Amino acid sequence: MQHHSASKGKAVKKNKWISYKMFLLILPFLILLFIFSYLPLYGWTYAFFDYTPPLKLSQCPYVGWKWFKFLFLNKTQVMEFLKVMRNTFAMSGLGILTSPLPMLFAIFLNEIHCRWLKKSVQTLTTLPNFISWVLVYSVAFSLFSSSGMVNTVGQSMGLISQPIHFLDSDNHTWLSMLLWGLWKGLGWGAIMYLASLAGIDQELYEAAKVDGAGRFGLIWHITIPGLLPTYFVLLMLSVAGFLSNGLDQYYVFHNSFNMEHIQVLDLYVYNLGLGNGNYALSTALSMMKSVVSVVLLVTVNAISKITRGESIV
Amino acid sequence: MASFVKKKCADVASPKAKKRYTAGDVTFNIINYTVFIIITILCVYPFYYLFINTISSNQLSANGSINWFPQQIQWSNYTAVFQLSGLRDSFIISILRTVIGTVCTVFASAFLGFMFTQEKMWKRKFWYRFVIITMYFNAGLIPCFIINYNLGLTNNFWVYILPAVVQPFNIILVKTYIESTPKSLQEAAAIDGAGVLKIFAKVVLPISTPILATIAIFSAVGQWNSFQDTLIYVTDPHLYSLQYLLYNYINQANSLAMLIKSNPGLSGNSIANLASQQTPTSIRMTVSVIVIIPILLVYPFFQRYFVKGIMIGAVKG
Repeated sequence: MQHHSASKGKAVKKNKWISYKMFLLILPFLILLFIFSYLPLYGWTYAFFDYTPPLKLSQCPYVGWKWFKFLFLNKTQVMEFLKVMRNTFAMSGLGILTSPLPMLFAIFLNEIHCRWLKKSVQTLTTLPNFISWVLVYSVAFSLFSSSGMVNTVGQSMGLISQPIHFLDSDNHTWLSMLLWGLWKGLGWGAIMYLASLAGIDQELYEAAKVDGAGRFGLIWHITIPGLLPTYFVLLMLSVAGFLSNGLDQYYVFHNSFNMEHIQVLDLYVYNLGLGNGNYALSTALSMMKSVVSVVLLVTVNAISKITRGESIV
Repeated sequence: MASFVKKKCADVASPKAKKRYTAGDVTFNIINYTVFIIITILCVYPFYYLFINTISSNQLSANGSINWFPQQIQWSNYTAVFQLSGLRDSFIISILRTVIGTVCTVFASAFLGFMFTQEKMWKRKFWYRFVIITMYFNAGLIPCFIINYNLGLTNNFWVYILPAVVQPFNIILVKTYIESTPKSLQEAAAIDGAGVLKIFAKVVLPISTPILATIAIFSAVGQWNSFQDTLIYVTDPHLYSLQYLLYNYINQANSLAMLIKSNPGLSGNSIANLASQQTPTSIRMTVSVIVIIPILLVYPFFQRYFVKGIMIGAVKG
């Protein structure tokens, strides 16, 4: 009896050791993650100090909520911040307005019954998604700079007398950013819908055809309802990412001409922090952005739970 | 994807005989095909344009007269740009970060994804959440900059690798994948006396190759295309990634062209002296093509995986 329980105790101990050992195996990775994802949160304290780079944080004066107040009370700062938020809302809003386009792309591509053509269109329109924004800018520069392809062809054909400044001007900045985004992402965005299209029950189509539905009837009554759940999830995710336009696109396309309309929040945080060296204000903005983003995510997740009974994250 | 195509085939093949096209159908098809062909041309032409300009006479391409077909074909641009020492360094940096970064993140994703399926692990659920939750918050640019600065990672090659090793999303992919494979394989190995590491190496790794290939390709493309980390953390030209160098070339060429225009006697720029027949345009375009080529090379392999990649991601959401 005693002997039995002793061996049992040993087994428990051994199991315990195995379970700790497993944890120790992943510990190095957890430490790495802690350093690069959790530790930076400590950097939020910089928003509460008048930080001057070569000094240590402890040598800098604590200023409390000064920078947050500055952001909302200083008149020129408020004007600038409003401009940045206007641009952010414009770009994200336009993104959400055009969010049905990948779905439409997939639906109409699905109406092409010539297989090799369909496959080629899908392959070639996805390609721009896999090049960097720097390359997109290089393409844009080659085609649309004052000595670029569009201007030289236009001039040689006599359509325009002066080169049009597509890149170094502030005309239609939002529209051109939207179009570049679509150029890069439309084909890729459609892939998800093409995959869900394949999952729609073919019998539904057969049944509807028997009922006399035409091509558009099928699209309207079967394809679109079949794709809406996917659309909904993607829409919710883009709402959650409303404040995150990303830095790359706006950074590579920005110049002194279009700054007024291209400076979205992510670019502003960069410009403030690493451009002007205002670490504290930049951190304060990042902090608020993170909090708002998490709130948005929790909200859309709750909406999704209520309306679809399923969470998206 | 395969089943999708097959289904489509059957769909096309069978009703063909009795299908009658109405005038409306024909009009719809013409418009539909035309629109898609135009969209496709818009996606492909820019790359074609860059390519034909790099293999044509530099003078003609600087004038903007190469728009549809290459003229006076020559390949010297490709040998010439590699004589720029900056380009050679950046090329090596970009290749190194792509290879090392991909290997590290694939290994970490595979290992962590596997370990999080092991119910015996101490506080497994807690640590899994600890990892996953990092997808949903971001401390911000300056706090990350300060951490990397304090760790001595600014102007350090490892800033390209270390922060990207643990990728929660990839871990979800691997974990979901392993959970979908039969447990009996692992159990059989365990009965034979294999430890966790042996089960991982001998059983789990071989069966997870499809998902690991997906992850490898996506992270390789991500590493190759990455621009932001050089912008934020690196000022040493020896560590510039190819993307960052290209961005500099575009802007330098821009200011160079303006300088030359306003001041015809000026030619003190390193780019101008590179080789007499090189122009800012030819350098910019040639480097662009060099940056695209690796993507084009992996692209055919890639395609098989990306639907799978998104689908698994979509299931998890």
